Amino acid sequence: MNLAIVKYNAGNIQSVLFALERLGVDAKVTDDQDELFAADKVIFPGVGAARSAMDSLKEKGLDTIIKQLKQPVLGICVGMQLLFEHSEESDTECLGIIPAKVKLFKSEEISPDIPIKVPQVGWNDIYNLKTDLFNNVPEHSYVYYVHSYYAEMNPYCIATSNYGLEYAGAVQKDNFYGVQFHTEKSAKVGELILKNFLDL
Amino acid sequence: MLTKRIIPCLDIKDGRTVKGTNFVDLRDAGDPVELGALYAQQGADELVFLDITATVEKRKTLSELVKRIARHVNIPFTVGGGISTVEDMSVLLNSGADKVSVNTAAFKNPQLINDIALAAGSQCCVLAIDTKKEEDGEWYVYLNGGRTKTDIKCFDWAKQGVELGAGEILLTSMNNDGTKAGFALDITKRLSQELPIPVIASGGAGAMQHFADVFELAYADAGLAASIFHFKEIEISDLKAYLQQRGVAVRV
Repeated sequence: MNLAIVKYNAGNIQSVLFALERLGVDAKVTDDQDELFAADKVIFPGVGAARSAMDSLKEKGLDTIIKQLKQPVLGICVGMQLLFEHSEESDTECLGIIPAKVKLFKSEEISPDIPIKVPQVGWNDIYNLKTDLFNNVPEHSYVYYVHSYYAEMNPYCIATSNYGLEYAGAVQKDNFYGVQFHTEKSAKVGELILKNFLDL
Repeated sequence: MLTKRIIPCLDIKDGRTVKGTNFVDLRDAGDPVELGALYAQQGADELVFLDITATVEKRKTLSELVKRIARHVNIPFTVGGGISTVEDMSVLLNSGADKVSVNTAAFKNPQLINDIALAAGSQCCVLAIDTKKEEDGEWYVYLNGGRTKTDIKCFDWAKQGVELGAGEILLTSMNNDGTKAGFALDITKRLSQELPIPVIASGGAGAMQHFADVFELAYADAGLAASIFHFKEIEISDLKAYLQQRGVAVRV
């Protein structure tokens, strides 16, 4: 399989590469337009801040390229958030593929009685699982999250989690998939989801 | 529902785990990679690797070790010990570490926390604090692995750390560490309740009940321990089954 990982300035991708290696899959890390278009699958990772990630994409012209991709694309963490219209993080306009918004966990609004910690760090469960991305993944499986911003519930949600309120743990629209959790760090469940993506 | 995390801590010296372990089923119990992978398999939620290598030269081997860990371990891990610059942090994160923990260097140069948070995000920056309750009843910050006392109170430093951009606090009570008499519930509770970021309690775990206490009574987000796991006094799977039975949310 010809697997490409989008290369841009958004955190380290080493963990994703190692997770793929554990599945016996090689990937090409690239920002080359032709290589991205030619790939069978594209992983769009992201760690760090939405604004600087978006700026880096635009600088390389990758924002328009990603939107034109026709093969299955998997955004991870900030990579998923960038698929949305807008993020409250530094008031960032994103790619606009998923017509919904990314918001900040505001403890005082979401959960005034029992404050929640922000960022959410740790293992939370996913439920209402849809699409082949979650083949053989049991409802309420645990995955590893680290994030201060969340994707609001929307019609493209294919996995739900709850942290003071329900939010989209994963989304899918056409060929674009996104997971808020770190599937590359989510033990066996994460490996299964990654493998399911590769099998799409 | 977000679960409470169980975190084994491995001390590393010159690329090997120290504090001997009695894992007879491991080919090489001194290999941090093999031990880390075993803990992950047993249900550990995260791992912390603390490098206590003294010399700068030998520390260079750390990034190679981190790469090996990242290659073989499928859960998140934090690396700490001697990180004093953003460059130190970058090398470790680029090698595959998920987070770094800073301690003495951050106390001496608080801007380090801010620099790490800006460069890599707060979620990568764990502020480790060694603290000791003195006769005046106050908890003070200690540096250099607990050898150097400061006049700064633990809560004040933790609060400043949050303001500077720390994403989590790793709180070690020196009074409790090694006693196996339980975690320091009072200071853990104060930090957990009054700070907006997760608190990892460390020091004193000797029984499964102690984890239940630190989660239920002190609201810790995670419990960290070393020797009880290394010496198999508590198996992680048993601990999680126990906590689940007690009604504590854990990943099983």
